Amino acid sequence: MTTPKPLLDIENLQVTFSTRRGPVEAVRGISLSLAEGETLGIVGESGSGKSVTGFAMTRLLDASGKISGGRISFRDRDITKMTSASLREMHGSAMAMIFQNPRGALNPIRAIGQQIADAILAHRKISASEARAESLELLRAVKIRDPEKRMNAYPHELSGGMCQRVMIAMAISSNPALLIADEPTTGLDVTTQKVVMDLLASIAAERGMATILITHDLGLAARYCRRVVVMEQGKLVEEADALTLFRSPQHPYTKRLVAASPTATSRVEDLVTDDEKLLVPVAPPPKPKHGTPPLLEVLDLVKRFDDGTVGVANFSMSIAPGESVGLVGESGSGKSTTSRMICRLLDQTEGTINFNGQSISHVPARDFHRAPQRREIQIVFQDPNDSLNPRFNAFDCIAHPLIRLLGMSNGSALRQRVAECAHRVGLPADLLERFPHQLSGGQKARIGIARAIACRPKLLVLDEPTAALDVSVQAVVLQLLERLRREDNLSFLFVSHDLNVVRMMCQRTIVLRNGAIVEQGESHQLFDNPQTDYTRELVDAVPHIEMIAAEKAAAGA
Amino acid sequence: MSSATLQHAAFILRGNPITGIAAIGASLLIFVGIFGPWIVPYDPIASNVQNALMPPSAAHWAGTDQLGRDVFSRIIVAAQLDLAIAVSAVGISFALGAVIGALCGYSGGKLDRAVGRFVDVLMAFPLFVLAMAMVAALGNRVENIVIATAIINLPFYIRFARAEVNVRRNLGWVEAARACGDSHVSVVLRFLLPNVLPAMVVQMSLNLGWAIINAAGLSFIGLGVKPPTPEWGIMVAEGARFISTGKWWLVAFPGLALMLAVLCFNLLGDGLRDILDPRQRT
Repeated sequence: MTTPKPLLDIENLQVTFSTRRGPVEAVRGISLSLAEGETLGIVGESGSGKSVTGFAMTRLLDASGKISGGRISFRDRDITKMTSASLREMHGSAMAMIFQNPRGALNPIRAIGQQIADAILAHRKISASEARAESLELLRAVKIRDPEKRMNAYPHELSGGMCQRVMIAMAISSNPALLIADEPTTGLDVTTQKVVMDLLASIAAERGMATILITHDLGLAARYCRRVVVMEQGKLVEEADALTLFRSPQHPYTKRLVAASPTATSRVEDLVTDDEKLLVPVAPPPKPKHGTPPLLEVLDLVKRFDDGTVGVANFSMSIAPGESVGLVGESGSGKSTTSRMICRLLDQTEGTINFNGQSISHVPARDFHRAPQRREIQIVFQDPNDSLNPRFNAFDCIAHPLIRLLGMSNGSALRQRVAECAHRVGLPADLLERFPHQLSGGQKARIGIARAIACRPKLLVLDEPTAALDVSVQAVVLQLLERLRREDNLSFLFVSHDLNVVRMMCQRTIVLRNGAIVEQGESHQLFDNPQTDYTRELVDAVPHIEMIAAEKAAAGA
Repeated sequence: MSSATLQHAAFILRGNPITGIAAIGASLLIFVGIFGPWIVPYDPIASNVQNALMPPSAAHWAGTDQLGRDVFSRIIVAAQLDLAIAVSAVGISFALGAVIGALCGYSGGKLDRAVGRFVDVLMAFPLFVLAMAMVAALGNRVENIVIATAIINLPFYIRFARAEVNVRRNLGWVEAARACGDSHVSVVLRFLLPNVLPAMVVQMSLNLGWAIINAAGLSFIGLGVKPPTPEWGIMVAEGARFISTGKWWLVAFPGLALMLAVLCFNLLGDGLRDILDPRQRT
């Protein structure tokens, strides 16, 4: 059997960025090839060089980035040596790219039908009405409902998933042989992600397009790609068939990555990481006896916004001391609003919240900073990058609640307490002097947690605490949170869109949709045997390995 | 200032030496403003009619005026008054504007709308005419020039602080400060304001040049500072009477001083923006 000539062949590619601290090698000699119609996943964490590789293939690198070595041949032509005229021609006809933030990639003041027509007209000499007819066809192809009406819609009138479909329509408008998708569904809800990815896969298969999927999500790559390569620090560390990679990773980095990616069956203890010692000796606290009064009790909570829309409707729940409850839902489901009301950062419209047997909902949010319960209910925020004051160093951040809520004054007692908090979250003491911009995402996340536990709260609200983190960092942070919970018998309200994380971290889970509870129950029961269609849809949208194997077997048969 | 900031400043200065020159010019100006009266060669007020209207020479670098006073000495001494007016006016509008703007940007709602409309009304007037009217109404005194200049600058600071605070008010660290026991007012004053200060300092530097022009302009039309006090605006106004007879130095040198002062602060402001703007930090 002769191997067909590859569509794309990359040989020892190197990309260097010039910065004021000198040259930075983002891609350090990677080689890979792709056959016509093949699907390839490039997986890696932030800073691994996966996106840069994608941009290098299309020669759309930033001005400061340069291909400093190697060769990229596409249909036997070396892309690295192409003139800008032939590059333009190639972008129009042979290669297309779609990006992470579809709304940002679309022109906000031009109707989407026109934008697709513009893309067609840029590369082909046909009349405007023909281009318009063709863009309507394309909208149909990407399964946008009511395409005639949507032709005249503007990007802000469409959801994120719809915008990404428009981007796909634009990308396939010239029938490219290769489609590069850079994190095409990051930032979309799981169910939308599934719909968009299924669409992308079926279009690629129909038209015989080769696809490169660049993603941080191993599960996603495994589900939609035949072959997956793993990148770490600009190097290609492993290349394998998707299932093989998942089941028997060879390279230590891949092993770590696979272990750190939570699946439906993983336990937080199993997310093997560098900081294995983090979790060990603490046993889970005994289950609270039946009849123990709940720590938090929420009754008929309602939030109506000023414009009359209902954010949260009749939300009731309770959390026992030491219990961890998950709150899952897609964007707009009201989970953040609910968590803010429980934290008393936002006023409810109706309903009562009792904490430790006392009502806290009668204290308006603006005065709650003086309430005695303030120190008992703390919150960890989603994005570690914007949850720390840029003008505070790590020490100030952790000391802040101690000064304000416990009335500690500057001195050795405060220093000791901050050092202790830093130690508990595994933050090296010499980093306490640093400012947020001098710290990594994981370090910032630790500081955010240290700040929240500094006053020894009883209830910790976690608002997507790991959504902005790489999987390996997420694994460490989740272990850390679980250990802290066991040590202090903390209660968690764990808000997340990631079902696998919630299943692992929470004993009970509440599913929220459009501000109302759809389903609730013991996490394992709820996920293994969902009672409502919506929960089932959510669970099915998460790629996991058994399902992928079954799907692939079915497709192969 | 951390070492990273200094390193970044050095990086900017290498690529943009004009900022460095502007910084030197501005420091020189401030030095002259403080020590001017002690370093001038002649008394700026003592007249010497025999020596009137002499063109620039070695003894009188910028010539003498109609009363025989040394123009160079007068320009140097005038720097103090002009800078004092500009700095105090900008200082007042900065302090008031930052606090009002930050409160509006954080709270939104009725207060924000009310202040916003007031600012709109203020900006609908031709600002220089407004300043003239205020000085005329309040009385022809230096402190009233300061007040008028401060008031016409206020809208810029309010809007600026409002916009800067508004984009930050929903960030995690603002909510975190609330969860750590700070009241709304304390969040604005102790968290948000310090974060918008660097950007506002840039605005101040740009505004300083404008305030100098404004003060000189008011004096030029006879409001505020009165002769024989040396002040750049008055000097230009008085010298203008002699320009038709070819006595150019009476207008040219104070005008040049005015122009250089404004230019220095504007260039410095641009440079500071480059240094402090996080988007420039790659």
